[in-house]
Amino acid sequence: MNELIATRDAYGEALVALGESEEIFVFDADLSCATKTEHFAAKYPERFFQMGIAEQDMMGTAAGTAVMGKTPFVSTFALFATGRAYEQVRNSIAYPNLNVKIAASHSGITVGPDGGSHQSVEDIGLMRLVPNMKVVVPADAYETRKVLEAALEIEGPFYIRLGRNPVPVLFNDDYEYEFGKISTLTDGSDLTIAATGIMVTEALQAAKLLKKDGINVRVLNVHTIKPLDKETIIKAAEETKLIVSVEEHSIIGGLGAAICELLCEQRPTPVVRMGLNDTFGQSGSPEELLEYYGLTADNIVKRVKTVLA
Amino acid sequence: MSKELEYFKSKTDMIRRDIITMLGEAGSGHPGGSLSAVEILSSLYYELMEKGDKFVLSKGHSAPALYSILADKGYFAKKELMTLRKLGSILQGHPDMKKTPGVHFSTGSLGQGLSAANGMAIAAKYDKSDQRIYVLLGDGELQEGQIWEAVMTARHRRLDNLIAYVDHNNLQIDGSCVEVKSLDKIKEKFLSFGWGVFTIDGHDIKSIIETTRKAWQVKGKPVCIISNTIKGKGISFMEDEVGWHGKAPSKEEVELALKELKGVE
Repeated sequence: MNELIATRDAYGEALVALGESEEIFVFDADLSCATKTEHFAAKYPERFFQMGIAEQDMMGTAAGTAVMGKTPFVSTFALFATGRAYEQVRNSIAYPNLNVKIAASHSGITVGPDGGSHQSVEDIGLMRLVPNMKVVVPADAYETRKVLEAALEIEGPFYIRLGRNPVPVLFNDDYEYEFGKISTLTDGSDLTIAATGIMVTEALQAAKLLKKDGINVRVLNVHTIKPLDKETIIKAAEETKLIVSVEEHSIIGGLGAAICELLCEQRPTPVVRMGLNDTFGQSGSPEELLEYYGLTADNIVKRVKTVLA
Repeated sequence: MSKELEYFKSKTDMIRRDIITMLGEAGSGHPGGSLSAVEILSSLYYELMEKGDKFVLSKGHSAPALYSILADKGYFAKKELMTLRKLGSILQGHPDMKKTPGVHFSTGSLGQGLSAANGMAIAAKYDKSDQRIYVLLGDGELQEGQIWEAVMTARHRRLDNLIAYVDHNNLQIDGSCVEVKSLDKIKEKFLSFGWGVFTIDGHDIKSIIETTRKAWQVKGKPVCIISNTIKGKGISFMEDEVGWHGKAPSKEEVELALKELKGVE
């Protein structure tokens, strides 16, 4: 069994390491215990800015510090970062292309018991829509650290989607992470499962189960949703003829939509989108919710078999 | 003040002529709120601001007044003013820091400028820099909730390197601020949020400059200078007329307006 670490925890730890750089400022809106910026706050209190429950102001304030040469990391729940403060992110950060990193935790339905009001099933879509914004979803703790390093290296606004719940650590130093480049985790020619975030674990498990039935699955870890690695998607479409996208997000506007937009123009290929089917979430345990909304390895297997039949 | 009042008068007349001419040429834009802000902007750019200071035009629709000054200061050629709002121009309808030299923050969507100014002030304090940050707010803009979030932030962080002017001309698009959504007791609101507050005539250069210098002396809290102004100031048929919030003057109206402003060729 792999070690379990939530990507928000990995973020909190990585931020402390990156915090040695004097230019890094961290902002939070009364959720530092949840977003794990509390660790940075403890180590670098003079560069941690508690903004209170005021996400719109937090985005604008961070933008102002970026103008002065700082690299702000802004953290809150995904729903508030992208929904509550959408226009501030758009106009105060992305429009002037400022170097603000938005690291949003508690994304998707695995926030669980808090219910639909706190579950972000449209944040990837909202952020994909914004010009200049890069959209990244790490699959595990290791990748979270890599994503943060990339965000620091690459100038401009980043949206980094993090999760609340512990998830298996999939990668180690053998894994080659490159921003903007999809990593192919298993090769296969019968179909491709393109997954993002915590769904990568489920996709790998599904591929294992399908292999027992002689179905060879190519699993893609789409950690960078924007800019999308077009070449790898088109290659998968040409070589496997069927793509199944899996995301803890609405099937509208997210990873599946991005793949469809690309393929219908450049290489028409059947795509099955798995995710929230134009619905809000509801209260429940993360495990119950993933099962209810059809986002487990078993569900992927069932869906694939139905499509192939 | 280091310069004579005549100097400022020549500048404010020039800016007003530019505003009218630019908007006439552009065929759209916001004369009312540009004209009301002329003296505040002139005081800042021709007297108060020093190298490294930052200015955020939160009421971004007053861009023509700012552009006139930036051109006069040599940030770009004066002839660019006639490209305002046209395709490919460096002068967007609202300030764009990526396109216009001299613009310190992109604004236009109301309510966002004070937060950005706070961020600049926070960074300047962290760097132990003596830079000052100035922001110009519209009065109608105070109806945005984000403004009050930012008002709390500035006080909480004791941003005494930040000065906010409210261009208080009492009018917004749909009518007077009282009719649309009352801003009753702006002074008391800022005071109760812990800010230092001054109230002045926003068309009196001497008062703007002297009061701002007083504001520099206030320690431990940000200062708001409520500047009572007249929308459309300087053009008789535009003054205090709500209809001139966002409408360009016709050719005839441009000529009439320029006649009223001395120094027309």
